[in-house]
Amino acid sequence: MSDLEAFRQETRQWLEANCPPEMRQPVRDDEDVYWGGRNATFKNDAQKAWFEAARDKGYTVPSWPKEYGGAGLSPAEAKILRQEMSRIGARPPLSSFGIWMLGPALLKFGTEGQKQRFLNEIARGEIRWCQGYSEPGSGSDLVSMQTFGEDKGDHWVVNGQKIWTSYADKADWIFCLVRTDKDNKYQGITFMLFDMASEGVSTKPILLISGNSPFCETFMDDVKVPKSYGEDVPGYVGEINRGWDVAKYLLGHEREMISGMGGGDRTAAIGSAMKRLAGKNGDDLDPVLRSELALFDVDALAFTAMAEKFMDEMKAGKGHPAQPNMMKYVGTELNKRRHELMMSVGGSRSLEWESEETGGGKPSRNWLRTKANSIEGGTSEVMLNVISKRILELPGS
Amino acid sequence: MPLYHDEDQTMLADTATSFMAEEGNIAKQLRHWRDRNCKDGFGHGLWKQMAEMGFTGMLVDEEDGGLGMGHVEAGIVLEEIGRNLTPSPFLTSSVLAATALKHGSSDLKGRYLPGLIEGESVFAVAIDETAKHRPSRITTRAEKSGNGFKLTGSKSFVIQGASADMLVVAARTSGSDEDEDGITLFAVPKDAANMSHDAVRLVDSSMATHTKFDGVELDGDAVIGEVDGGREILNAMLTAGRVGAAAEGVGVARGAMDMTIDYLKQRKQFGKLIGEFQALQHRASHLYSEVEIARAVVIKAQQLLDEGAESAELMSSVAKAKVAKAAGLAVKEGVQMHGGIGMTDEYDIGLYMKRDRALQEFLGDAYFHANRVAELSGY
Ligand SMILES: Cc1cc2nc3c(=O)[nH]c(=O)nc-3n(C[C@H](O)[C@H](O)[C@H](O)COP(=O)(O)OP(=O)(O)OC[C@H]3O[C@@H](n4cnc5c(N)ncnc54)[C@H](O)[C@@H]3O)c2cc1C
Ligand SMILES: Cc1cc2nc3c(=O)[nH]c(=O)nc-3n(C[C@H](O)[C@H](O)[C@H](O)COP(=O)(O)OP(=O)(O)OC[C@H]3O[C@@H](n4cnc5c(N)ncnc54)[C@H](O)[C@@H]3O)c2cc1C
Repeated sequence: MSDLEAFRQETRQWLEANCPPEMRQPVRDDEDVYWGGRNATFKNDAQKAWFEAARDKGYTVPSWPKEYGGAGLSPAEAKILRQEMSRIGARPPLSSFGIWMLGPALLKFGTEGQKQRFLNEIARGEIRWCQGYSEPGSGSDLVSMQTFGEDKGDHWVVNGQKIWTSYADKADWIFCLVRTDKDNKYQGITFMLFDMASEGVSTKPILLISGNSPFCETFMDDVKVPKSYGEDVPGYVGEINRGWDVAKYLLGHEREMISGMGGGDRTAAIGSAMKRLAGKNGDDLDPVLRSELALFDVDALAFTAMAEKFMDEMKAGKGHPAQPNMMKYVGTELNKRRHELMMSVGGSRSLEWESEETGGGKPSRNWLRTKANSIEGGTSEVMLNVISKRILELPGS
Repeated sequence: MPLYHDEDQTMLADTATSFMAEEGNIAKQLRHWRDRNCKDGFGHGLWKQMAEMGFTGMLVDEEDGGLGMGHVEAGIVLEEIGRNLTPSPFLTSSVLAATALKHGSSDLKGRYLPGLIEGESVFAVAIDETAKHRPSRITTRAEKSGNGFKLTGSKSFVIQGASADMLVVAARTSGSDEDEDGITLFAVPKDAANMSHDAVRLVDSSMATHTKFDGVELDGDAVIGEVDGGREILNAMLTAGRVGAAAEGVGVARGAMDMTIDYLKQRKQFGKLIGEFQALQHRASHLYSEVEIARAVVIKAQQLLDEGAESAELMSSVAKAKVAKAAGLAVKEGVQMHGGIGMTDEYDIGLYMKRDRALQEFLGDAYFHANRVAELSGY
């Protein structure tokens, strides 16, 4: 038996012993996901047990080095773990912007001290992070952002406003883009890290069309951001004024995540499940709807192959670095189409905004939420711009 | 297996790319034979060269004189065939017929495989009986007669039927027209008496026949596999052919897309390169995304088929349907973005549109395969 085959057997046994049956079901809404943080609560015992087992094994961040709280898995081992988890439909034990976004940026740009402290906290789910990029006047044109940090020697005094800060009200810390040089557009931004409990930080929720409000406006009013949190732990990532490089790198990871590859099944085939649902709602699938589902499944299964190919190529250092933009574009458009179809199959039942039967209007709320997929993390139009410039090398206008 | 080509496959791809671009290109092959109204629709010289390159017998087992390669490798050649619109019997002979012959007696293999491997022979497959792909319904009958069979019925759109040295024919030896069982495959030699071909040229300049069997007498040893047990071989042949057609379709899509992107970088209107217009950039980027995804699912299907995985059948239909959509988009956008010039015979983009149309119909179009995806998934 090869080492990898042995690893697969081991992994299978470990999952069998540690992943409770309740955690082997698709994620239906936010509460099914454990986000960690200072004030975190578990939805149930199974969620707690699964998180703790995974944390102790380094499986909240399997491919991070062991000294930073990961399991130090090789790319081939990480793939096996992913495959085995998806085979039993296991939920991710911990979700967080720390894992998806800040972590990879710290692994690439962070100091040893930052890695020791922040990566471990993320891996153990102790600190929940949010992302402070967008501003009211700067969305797609992010680099036009204006939040300003005045240099006061050992610290900055930051003033400005961020918008769309997901879960700012639940987050413990923020990674935040702050302009530190007004004369330099791209090379005048610093990537700062600070505690949301700092004096002068306040948040205000934004109600979405889904009736939910995980988003906030974040106000910074004379916030003091230290340049250092201790020896070899700077309060910023990378170099001062060169935060745009970090931000761009991190956006790549965000796009991968949103495209639904992080072990999620947001773009998976749905036809057979929809047939059962249609039957439950008192009618079989309308033949025209069935054909839409079949064409969707063709696209979804093909996209799944693309996601696998993309991962394999990335691990081998092949493939075009701008491909995450393509994955993000296609993955999010597919997810929207999927929810449109689910609404149609559900019929009138899926219109219920508040009922026990629909778990408080989940079908319609989730459907509405997906409309943000092609906006958050860069809009579809911006993805298409990037593809034409960086992959197809079409001339600039 | 990772979803990209390993070292050997990458080397094969390099070889196939330059060979097909040099010898199989549009001017040398498709236009050449088309403009001469060639009765075969392809050149035997190129077929011989493909044999010398080791392509013709790729899927034939080593003990039968072939290279014993897999569908990933055959797909590499097919993608280049697609990209250059190279007319050739590769798909029908080296993929479909070769898959059927794997199940043939050693006698049949000995009779036909050397000719294929050497590029001397060309084979066709006769399955469909109507203008749409409906392999579930086979009405052509083979009745026991002496030591052999008597074949009666007709097949339509047999690609290269009149040029073929042998036709693999699916016929009914028992049961009723819609039955799953009762199918037998026959290797029918070119010179069989009472077989007639009505040849038609198709939109892509390829040649097909409506072939009639008017009591064709066949020896018992013309049977491929078991009498009445042909459905399984037929299905294996179809799956291989669909994955192959999908690979060729990806080549067509990429050829059309590359031509179009090039054109966007050259053509000026309103004082700008038309590639600067965002209206075209976004459509080009969308097209690129679809073609990339189609490529991914094709290699997935090829690998599953080579592994003998059960899901190969489902994934072959996903691949065929996805490619039909992506390549269809590539040729439509290609012609449109070329403007008026895209409508002229002189420019190659229209040739891609024609080939795509023919490939889409071959072995089932996007609707046929989406429906099959639904059925195989239980809805
Ligand atoms: C649910 C949700 C969660 C989010 N979470 C976060 C978060 O946690 N942290 C954070 O910092 N931000 C977050 N965002 C913000 C998100 O990144 C921005 O909304 C996004 O970048 C778009 O910016 P905008 O809303 O200002 O739209 P605009 O940039 O004003 O765009 C409006 C429209 O114009 C189009 N457009 C703009 N520029 C171009 C162009 N050059 N070419 C063609 N079309 C163009 C856009 O595609 C869009 O359709 C979130 C947004 C949403 C909706
Ligand atoms: C069958 C046929 C019959 C015709 N008959 C006649 C006739 O009788 N008399 C006559 O004078 N002409 C005739 N024409 C010419 C026809 O009017 C032109 O082909 C047409 O105006 C397009 O110009 P073009 O071919 O140069 O394409 P181009 O202008 O080069 O366009 C190439 C591509 O770029 C796109 N494009 C160009 N500019 C922009 C832009 N600003 N923004 C976004 N996209 C852009 C186009 O939509 C097209 O997709 C005929 C053409 C055809 C095909």
